[in-house]
Amino acid sequence: MLRRILKEVREYKAVSIATPLCMLIEVIAEMFIPYLMSSIIDKGVYGGDMGHIIRVGGMMLVIAAIGLTGGLLGGVFAAKAATGFAKNLRKAMFDRIQTFSFANIDRFSTAGLVTRLTTDVNTLQMGYQMALRMFMRAPASLVVALVMSFVINSRIALIYLVAVVVLSLVLYLIISRAMKYFKLAFPKYDALNESVQENVSAIRVVKAYVREEDEINKFKKASQGIYDVFTKAEGTTVFQMPAMMLTVYSCILLISWFGARLIVADSLTTGQLMSLLAYCMNILMSLMMVSMIFVMFSIGSAAIERIYEVLVEESTITDPDNPVYDVADGSIDFENVNFAYNKDAKEDVLKNISLHIDSGETIGIIGATGSAKTSLVNLISRLYDVKSGCVKVGGKDVREYDLKTLRDKVSVVLQSNTLFSGSIYDNLRWGDENATYADCQRAAKYACADEFIRKFPDGYNTHIEQGGTNVSGGQKQRLCIARALLKSPKVLILDDSTSAVDTATEAKIRKTFKEEIPDTTKIIIAQRISSVMDSDRIIVMDDGEINGFDTHENLLKNNEIYREVYESQMQGGGDFDEASKKDAETDDDNVKGGE
Amino acid sequence: MPGPMNRGQRGVKPMVDDPGKVIRRLFSYIFKDYGGLFTIVFIMIVIGVLANIQGTLFTRSLIDDYITPFLIDTETPDFTPLRNAILKVACFYMLGIVAGFIQNRLMINISQGVQRNLRNDLFSHMETLPVKYFDTHTHGDIMSIYTNDIDTLREIVSRTLPQLVNSAFTVVSVLISMFILSVPLTVITLIMVGITMFATKTAGGLSGKYFVSQQKNLGAANGYIEEMIGGMKVVKVFTHEEKSIEGFDKLNEELCDSANKANKFSNILGPINAQIGNISYVICAVAGGAMALNGWTGLTLGTLASFLTFNRSFNMPINQISMQISSIVMALAGADRIFKLMDEDPEADEGYVVLVNVKETDNGIEETDEHTGKWMWKHTHRETGEVEYKPWTGDVTFDGVDFGYTDEKMVLHDIKMFANAGQKIAFVGSTGAGKTTITNLINRFYDIQDGKIRYDGININKIRKADLRRSLGMVLQETHLFTGTVADNIRYGKPDATMDEVIEAAKLANADGFIRRLPEGYETMLKGDGANLSQGQRQLLSIARAAIMNPPVLILDEATSSIDTRTERIVQRGMDSLMKGRTTFVIAHRLSTVKNSDCIMVLEQGRIIERGTHDELIAAKGKYYQLYTGNNIA
Repeated sequence: MLRRILKEVREYKAVSIATPLCMLIEVIAEMFIPYLMSSIIDKGVYGGDMGHIIRVGGMMLVIAAIGLTGGLLGGVFAAKAATGFAKNLRKAMFDRIQTFSFANIDRFSTAGLVTRLTTDVNTLQMGYQMALRMFMRAPASLVVALVMSFVINSRIALIYLVAVVVLSLVLYLIISRAMKYFKLAFPKYDALNESVQENVSAIRVVKAYVREEDEINKFKKASQGIYDVFTKAEGTTVFQMPAMMLTVYSCILLISWFGARLIVADSLTTGQLMSLLAYCMNILMSLMMVSMIFVMFSIGSAAIERIYEVLVEESTITDPDNPVYDVADGSIDFENVNFAYNKDAKEDVLKNISLHIDSGETIGIIGATGSAKTSLVNLISRLYDVKSGCVKVGGKDVREYDLKTLRDKVSVVLQSNTLFSGSIYDNLRWGDENATYADCQRAAKYACADEFIRKFPDGYNTHIEQGGTNVSGGQKQRLCIARALLKSPKVLILDDSTSAVDTATEAKIRKTFKEEIPDTTKIIIAQRISSVMDSDRIIVMDDGEINGFDTHENLLKNNEIYREVYESQMQGGGDFDEASKKDAETDDDNVKGGE
Repeated sequence: MPGPMNRGQRGVKPMVDDPGKVIRRLFSYIFKDYGGLFTIVFIMIVIGVLANIQGTLFTRSLIDDYITPFLIDTETPDFTPLRNAILKVACFYMLGIVAGFIQNRLMINISQGVQRNLRNDLFSHMETLPVKYFDTHTHGDIMSIYTNDIDTLREIVSRTLPQLVNSAFTVVSVLISMFILSVPLTVITLIMVGITMFATKTAGGLSGKYFVSQQKNLGAANGYIEEMIGGMKVVKVFTHEEKSIEGFDKLNEELCDSANKANKFSNILGPINAQIGNISYVICAVAGGAMALNGWTGLTLGTLASFLTFNRSFNMPINQISMQISSIVMALAGADRIFKLMDEDPEADEGYVVLVNVKETDNGIEETDEHTGKWMWKHTHRETGEVEYKPWTGDVTFDGVDFGYTDEKMVLHDIKMFANAGQKIAFVGSTGAGKTTITNLINRFYDIQDGKIRYDGININKIRKADLRRSLGMVLQETHLFTGTVADNIRYGKPDATMDEVIEAAKLANADGFIRRLPEGYETMLKGDGANLSQGQRQLLSIARAAIMNPPVLILDEATSSIDTRTERIVQRGMDSLMKGRTTFVIAHRLSTVKNSDCIMVLEQGRIIERGTHDELIAAKGKYYQLYTGNNIA
């Protein structure tokens, strides 16, 4: 897993290797200074050799300068390597996600993907930078300082060795215990955030039912839970520092004691004793850093795992080997099609569907929520692959086409649609990047959008906010239709995409379709029966099966479900509010200062 | 620790207008609950630092007083004084360790406690805020105060603050010790510190500049990612993948560039500090060595050894302080946001008319604490102190009501209507006519600008909000359920409701059937806003939730579009039975709801343009007729 992630270091391999090397130089330089120090004292001060002091002093300065260079370069390289690595990771993931099929997208939530691309990558960037600098630096300074100590006096250095072993053991115990508590803490955090989330989004309910007090108590309980578990976790880690200090001080005192005796016995010099004392701090500090690296790694490993999941996710839909680049016409065939979103699902979403649609026909689809209307049309542009059977467009299996060709010719207006930040013009040109102003205008006219676009002060150059929040629901839907029309598709699918458009405008759009794009096969999914009534034929979906497929008149005569829906909607059960749901949005706009 | 650092565009401006004020406030917040503990911590820090200095000074006496004499008189070394000295120092060290431990241990309670209290205060305060606050702030922004800002704040409370105190104190005491040991060497050290600070400031300033542009680029890239991933299905449908990657590459490249620069400069801060520190050490060593050799200023070898250690411990805290600056700036911005939320004005409530339980006695009606099921308005007149009981029936009148979400733009104009107890009033009209807005007024989610709304003849401004809201049932278009069991959700408005009451309410709402089919019936846990239920089922639960309150007045915002006809009918039946015998305001989307209303209000651009029964309005052939027949555009 780590190897796959590290592959994304790519062109930053050189700097990634250079960083620890530079750090190594810095560490070694740093470690030499106390060593030379002893020489100044022993030979210089005790030996009364001023020349020696200056010579060695000069050497020390040079070494410090080398250390500085190493440190600076290390810092520069580390920044380059880590930010470059992060860039590559983001790119690799983003590119990967672009290849995802709908099935892949469904598997990851949008929010999940965004977190992986933003927070997780940032975590990794910071971790990588730290690792490059510390992984080498900390152990190296540990080892170098130990070696130097042994060079100076192996007997005293033994004290360090013992200290290192003891301290590592203690640190290990403390950290592993603390990690256990920290792991417990995460679900508590989730519970707390959930409580906030619920209250923020459902504040009207809380207030309407006067439940503020109870919610506050619930929150306080969750908050106390976090307090408890964190106090425990940190109560464990708090032993780290005293353990460390205890070791350091014990070493200092032991060395002072034995050192004094050795000096008296003439097997150690005062200068050497001083350098040994200086190393003491170095060694144990590095040990502390090593332990921090482990903690960091275990925190970062979750991020690594999440990024890895994206990188290795294989798209479930890929181009065929010898793709067809031309769609003959807009005819559609389903042959014994079975389909399920999940391969292991017990029951199929679509069951044994066979149908034929002529090129240029207008087809309505109606049925209850969950009757698989959307699933049916999603197979046509190969947003999902069938489980068995086959779907044909223009007489050829959709799996034989080049995906881009197929999706350009089979244009879908999705149920939950999105506009992107940019001008209206920019948004429309998603359909055809070379579309002229006149093309866009024509498509907008067909979709009954031209009129309202012109009313905007900036017309077609009006800026659309992210998610299209500054246009109403009905306007958004019409823009989406216009965008789909610009592809000049052979098949046009509207998946409940006029629900927020008023009945009259909707009728006008359908009329324009009939007159202006007669050769395009049009498939319209709707809840409102008036939206599909005048189609050439209507498919009635029921629980994944085709319950009826006929003209309006025949269905009314022969199809029970159709008749039921018709009656409930047309006789006293109709729906005369064009965009009930959008009402709330408009109100929100008013809050923000209006359009 | 937890809490994603996804600040997005909000991070662009990390500066606070008045940092001093925020810091003062933060301190007073900490001292409010933890003043005592914090003082102890402070004392422990001082003890720790002093003990440490004693330890370092020991190096001097070790060399000068014990080792050097041995070197002179090697014949009969007497180690007893040395042993005693070591034991004495060991005591100092132990004292330092204990002080450090106490300090850190207490700091956990303080930082976690402050964090908990902040959270609780924040949440408690948030619950008192008017609905307007939630309508005008994005949920993401509010959430991030809890997830990000409190976390960063905890960082400075638990880490930065003690470290700063420690560092400051260390600097002062080490400086004094150094001066005592050797003035010339101290001067050298100070000069080197000056150089370090200058270098730090230069690099730090550059780094800060690039961090701002990094935040900006990060915001742009994150925004793009959110947009493209959110619209991924559209990208697929339009085979826009390459374009989308192209746009991403550009932003990614820019982000990498500024991040590289920002990190580069902050990375070199460490080595600059450390190595200039080393150079300072070397210079002091050489100068000190020379001085000791020539006996200038009476510098002894032991003094030099001690001084060199001090030189080290003098550089370290200064490095630490300089490294903390950026995190302090970040945390202050977070603290600022936290305090801003805490400073938001809570919902005002001057209401004094309350709902009370009453029982009938021989003397007429008497107020009681028992749950009699009979309620009355208790109106204590302000001037006279006279108490008046009014029956709770549920008639509502609007008299010349004007309302706008902002004062500049009115949404409703001169709304007049009255609903007698038990009547059903329907609102119809096209998008943006102001129908949903009405649901915000009777319960005082928003206050009206002009006119009066009366409930049982009492101005709703005089009714205590809690009682007003309890007396209104609301079923909103967007259903929100809470984490908990199905039964918990139904008894949301009446926590003491019995299971029988819950079931009865569910039956009334037509929800009993599906609830029984759930894996654990009424005890089924709901998670994530009832994600495991269908929209229709959630709607039914919200109807049951209103039903259990048994309020005389109902406000219904019919949910529509995405429910299919069959489910809709089940929901409809639930609503119908709930409406029976109650004053109902319904934002209608269906003809069947409207048809049997006692009065239909047709709204357009915030005004009632038509009113009457279904038959009257059809006969009038006005807007209602147009809406009804769908022939609104000629």
